[in-house]
Amino acid sequence: MKKNVFALVSSIAVLGTALAGCGGGQQTAAPPAGGTPAPSQPATPAAEKKPQVLKMNLHSEPPTTDPGLAEDTTSGAIILATFDGLTRIGTDDKPHEAAAESYTVSDDKLTYTFKIREAKWSNGDPVTAHDFEYAWKRALDPKTASNYAYQLYYVKNGEKANKGEAKLDEVGVKALDDKTLEVKLENPTPYFLELLAFRTYFPVNKKVLDANPKWAGEASSHVGNGPFKIESWEHKSKMVLVKNENYWDKDNVKLEKIEFSMVEDENTELSMFENGEIDWAGAPMSALPTDAISALKEQGKIQTNPIAGTYWYKFNTEKPPFNNIKVRKAFAYSIDRQALIDNILQTGQIPATGAVPPSMVLNPNGYFKDKDLENAKKLLEEGLKEVGMSKLPAITLSYNTSEAHKKIAEAIQDQWKKNLGVDVKLENKEWKVYLEDLHEGNFQIGRMGWLGDFNDPINFLELFKDKMGGNNDTRWENAKYKELLNQSAKESDLEKRKKILADAEQILMDEMPIMPIYWYTQSWVQKPEVKGVHQTGLGDVDWKGAYIE
Amino acid sequence: MIRYLGKRIIFMLISLFLIVTATFFIMKAVPGGPFTSEKQVPPEIKAALEAKYKLNLPLHEQYFEYLKGVVTWDLGPSFTEKSSNVNDMIDRGFPVSAHLGAQALLLAIFGGITLGVIAALNHNRWQDYSAMVIAVLGLSVPSFILASFYQYIFAIQLGWFPIAKWEGFEYTILPSLALAASPMAFIARLTRSNMIEVMGQDYIKTAKAKGLHTVAITVKHAIRNALLPVVTYLGPLIAGILTGAFVIERIFGVPGLGREFVLSITNRDYTVIMGTTVFYSIILVVMILIVDIAYTLVDPRIKLSDAGKE
Repeated sequence: MKKNVFALVSSIAVLGTALAGCGGGQQTAAPPAGGTPAPSQPATPAAEKKPQVLKMNLHSEPPTTDPGLAEDTTSGAIILATFDGLTRIGTDDKPHEAAAESYTVSDDKLTYTFKIREAKWSNGDPVTAHDFEYAWKRALDPKTASNYAYQLYYVKNGEKANKGEAKLDEVGVKALDDKTLEVKLENPTPYFLELLAFRTYFPVNKKVLDANPKWAGEASSHVGNGPFKIESWEHKSKMVLVKNENYWDKDNVKLEKIEFSMVEDENTELSMFENGEIDWAGAPMSALPTDAISALKEQGKIQTNPIAGTYWYKFNTEKPPFNNIKVRKAFAYSIDRQALIDNILQTGQIPATGAVPPSMVLNPNGYFKDKDLENAKKLLEEGLKEVGMSKLPAITLSYNTSEAHKKIAEAIQDQWKKNLGVDVKLENKEWKVYLEDLHEGNFQIGRMGWLGDFNDPINFLELFKDKMGGNNDTRWENAKYKELLNQSAKESDLEKRKKILADAEQILMDEMPIMPIYWYTQSWVQKPEVKGVHQTGLGDVDWKGAYIE
Repeated sequence: MIRYLGKRIIFMLISLFLIVTATFFIMKAVPGGPFTSEKQVPPEIKAALEAKYKLNLPLHEQYFEYLKGVVTWDLGPSFTEKSSNVNDMIDRGFPVSAHLGAQALLLAIFGGITLGVIAALNHNRWQDYSAMVIAVLGLSVPSFILASFYQYIFAIQLGWFPIAKWEGFEYTILPSLALAASPMAFIARLTRSNMIEVMGQDYIKTAKAKGLHTVAITVKHAIRNALLPVVTYLGPLIAGILTGAFVIERIFGVPGLGREFVLSITNRDYTVIMGTTVFYSIILVVMILIVDIAYTLVDPRIKLSDAGKE
């Protein structure tokens, strides 16, 4: 019911937007295509003259600004602006030294030694190696109950400590002195430097935390080591970040201020943008109203960016008919992904013919053909014979309440009917009910997606490693697949490792417990004078190098 | 009167207790918990989270813990907003919702009564028809459509008011107008029909026969009696405006409590669900009591006593 309400609202607002467009006067030129400049070389001299204030909508209140506890993108964005990890993802999407000045890696790739840069917290305290050691151990402490503690399982004894099987002292992170941090890993982890740019690996100031456990809830008590600091925070309403004069790389931070409003309604956000009240609307903090997308596209205002995420359908591989590989493949091969993207999604998504998104791709050619109808029909026939059925019984496709998921499901339902002659029933459930049903195997086909936490294929492939592993849901398991993933963890040669992972993905696509549909993009509109906002391939946003031209 | 009040307060406490209990058990019976998420965490982390929020205790212990929290007004931490507890959220959100609600309520009451009286006094004339067209529009156009309409006309086209946010008086006007529209229309219709009825009664005729001026008759005799049903409507209206502002708060980016009330259910944020429910229940039962007391002020025939009470 609520969704219908919002659909109506959006239609009206779209109408409003369209009319406003006719009124003219505020046509924004399409911003130039191409990448954003590197943070180290931005800003022409003319740029200095414009007030360096960026007005954004944060969409909602960040639930926390504590890097050890954050679990959502809104908190993540504020944390990335107000903290600096040992590394930071640059405009080239690669990790660069940040709070660490330099590092050395042992030959077995198991020990990293970081030299911590001379830098200060926003309250003037020096940033030391102890702050990192403290923050990591704190996140791993079961008492902290950090949702993302498992991101630290790559560190030696991290998992054991979090499970209470080892003492925190045994965790492989140690400050040798104020400026030297030694980290020991469980396995050679080729993407470890990239992980360090993730918030759970950020430092926290122990003194601040000890003095006030609720330090991360107010502007007055918040202390970070990043390019910006929180000047004011009116909860649920407004947050202002200002440049942190104590930041080590402050010369490359051009923005003086970022003013965030917190407006949840996407139509309102777009109206505010059209009215010049904010400089940016849509991804990555929020979304553009789906109904407004085609109009914005026609006006050439919209910008899109691929991100590391895959939208897929999961099959319950334990229940017939989807316990049969051929039936699963038939369903996966028979849909027209491109048509779905062109007609429904409309923002340049990429048809997915593999599980791993393009930014970390293992096999650039994909593993099967989109809309392979003949093959699909043949496979369905063979598959049905194998399970001893003459005709498919009615199939149920489940999704959680959302206009977008509904439209996609309806289109695919239609395609299956047309292309395979299968009757598919749609089943819509409230989000948490849906999740629980999926986790309990109480479904036939269900929608889901995965957005990468770090830019490595293992993040997608490990989801299907264990039958009862938290996020598998398909109940599919394959011994060879499992073995390949284990092997990849021990492999320190990058090329060999990539080959192993590609083999694993091949197995996944040969057995098709999931049916990939599309790779995500994010889309937004922005004022052309806003430059240098870096959106990483994972969909995170970094304002460090942003400026107003 | 005092005996009556004492009895009413005891009944209020009993209803609150029943509401708390029912909400607690229904909430627990709903599938999915606060930590059910797309990215499932390893079991040890889930266990740590449950231990932190005391969800690992047996149900009856959680229930008693919760009752204790309600009595001491310590509603516990929020599961989603890690740096706030429920008391903070209510302390921050309610004043905003109350401000918006109060403005909308004043608009609705004064606007509605004025429209209703004008319509009744000009029964079947153009004033009546125009007032009733406004009322029908107010009732039939949902508030969120009005909200978008106001944003388009008054903010985007005319530029008189900001589109959204909550930073000063000018920010409060559009949401108050959007929120007030439907109750104002309802009050207008209610007032009009009652006024028409009252104006036809003998005592009004007598007053007219005595040569009293229309204004005096209307103000002194008619309005007061016509307002009784309006007063009845005020209790649920106040509660409705405070709790039902979610959509308006969302559209105008108003940092009120309505949002928490709705979102907490989607998030299965147990403590916030309980906290906001208890808080709103208290408002509701208090409002109903105040309305009952207000009856005696409007209509002297009604006495608050046990005798003859249903």
